[in-house]
Amino acid sequence: MKNSFKYLLLLLLMTFGLSAQNAMASDEGEESKEINIPEIVLEHLADSYEWHIASYEGKHLSIPLPCIVRSSATGEWNFFLSSTMEEAIHEGGEGATYKGFFFDADHHGKIYERLADGSSVRPIDLSITKSVMQIWIVVFVLLAIFLSCARWYKKRDEQSDAPSGFVGVIEMLTMAIYDGVIRACVGEKHYKKFAPYLLTVFFFILTTNILGLLPIFPGGANVTGNINVTFFLAFCTMLLVNIFGNKEYWKEIFWPEVPLFLKAYPAPLIPVIEVVGIFTKPFALMVRLFANMMAGHAIILSFTCVIFLGWTLGTGMGLGLNAFSGLMLLFMNLVEVLVAFVQAYVFTLLSAVFIGLAHPEHHAE
Amino acid sequence: MENLPSVLTPDLGLLFWMFLAFLVVFLILAKWGFPAIVNMVEERKAFIDESLKNARAANEKLAGIQAESEQILRDASQQQAQILKEAMETRDNIVGEAQHKAEIEAAKVLEDAKAKIEVEKQAALAEIRQQVATLSVQIAEKVLLQQLSSDAAQQQLIDRLLDEAEK
Repeated sequence: MKNSFKYLLLLLLMTFGLSAQNAMASDEGEESKEINIPEIVLEHLADSYEWHIASYEGKHLSIPLPCIVRSSATGEWNFFLSSTMEEAIHEGGEGATYKGFFFDADHHGKIYERLADGSSVRPIDLSITKSVMQIWIVVFVLLAIFLSCARWYKKRDEQSDAPSGFVGVIEMLTMAIYDGVIRACVGEKHYKKFAPYLLTVFFFILTTNILGLLPIFPGGANVTGNINVTFFLAFCTMLLVNIFGNKEYWKEIFWPEVPLFLKAYPAPLIPVIEVVGIFTKPFALMVRLFANMMAGHAIILSFTCVIFLGWTLGTGMGLGLNAFSGLMLLFMNLVEVLVAFVQAYVFTLLSAVFIGLAHPEHHAE
Repeated sequence: MENLPSVLTPDLGLLFWMFLAFLVVFLILAKWGFPAIVNMVEERKAFIDESLKNARAANEKLAGIQAESEQILRDASQQQAQILKEAMETRDNIVGEAQHKAEIEAAKVLEDAKAKIEVEKQAALAEIRQQVATLSVQIAEKVLLQQLSSDAAQQQLIDRLLDEAEK
């Protein structure tokens, strides 16, 4: 316990140390001495076609990732490494393209295609970006954890000792969610059907959040702080709620037990509100997770940037702000570990509650 | 839309890969990951419940056995007391009988002895009588030999002598 705490501390120290390096690197790489904190932070939050690790004096150390784009002009699929494209454009100079593709600075550096008439369009872009890579790493981690645990169970039966150590932790977490959240919120009758989805959501978000706190390669991408990811998760929950909702659920939406003038004439007020509610519930899920994770990343990055801002103002200011930021970073990282769990928990809990609400029992009058 | 930060921009590629990755992890974990853990925990729970029930039953059985053994002990001590009592009675009987027998024997012996004594006595009396007769004859002889002066005196003497001899 004490040991693991020490490692955590070391990890956190590394976190802001390395993030600091990153921030400095981008600062040197782009403009002269001006530190544009919002830009640095947004750049680190954004998705990209390469996995940037460090830069020093203009040299970048990054992992190139494969780009998969379908040309709108020819309809062909193109596969290439992001580094290949970057080099080609770098050599070609201003306005150069690689097979007609270029990174559009006006659109967050996304790949755009220049058509023959000079206009630029967004091609179908299925590139393995940093976020996608991070998602697959999470998938790999999850599979490794759970399949190894499953193998542990396969070798034992119900009469053997309960697991200890890592398998014990995973069992404890799984059963805490399974019994405490899924069974409690979905209801005794249907919970088994929804358990795999909700457990997957919980562990997916938890792992993504925690890996997102790592400063370097196997983690650090801002995945749950990207609206596309949270949109997908919330959309899944919305589908599950509405596809498996029973008759009673739909009746409560379109013909609730309220006075007639509220649901039919002059206006079906309550049904309209309920129908809007179908969409606002998952929307809240989506925004909550996105905003919490993005904000956490942004705050950590900002505090890192404050260190460099301080050093541009002089040594005294630099030292003072360094100490301050160090403390705040430590604090924020610890808070983020908590938030990583809480957000995964809340998303699962609310999904379970919404699914449970879609299976109301007949009101006993 | 143009001014949105990158993290808020819809991205088809990311959505597609997210869908695929989530589908993969969901399908694999739903098939092989979570059921292994959940089923094992539930089986273990059932096993523990079963074991508790068995333990309770065993405890009850044990309590029954204890009561039974106590009953057996009580019975045994009762039986022991019974046996002891009977043995005592038997002993008393035997002793009493033996005493009775002994008394009878003793009485018989006494009777025999008495009879014998009687016989002896009779014999002795007879002998004494004979001796007395002999003595009286001798006395008479002596008297006859010495002074047979008067018959009355003689007779008186004989009687007195006889009486004395008889006493």
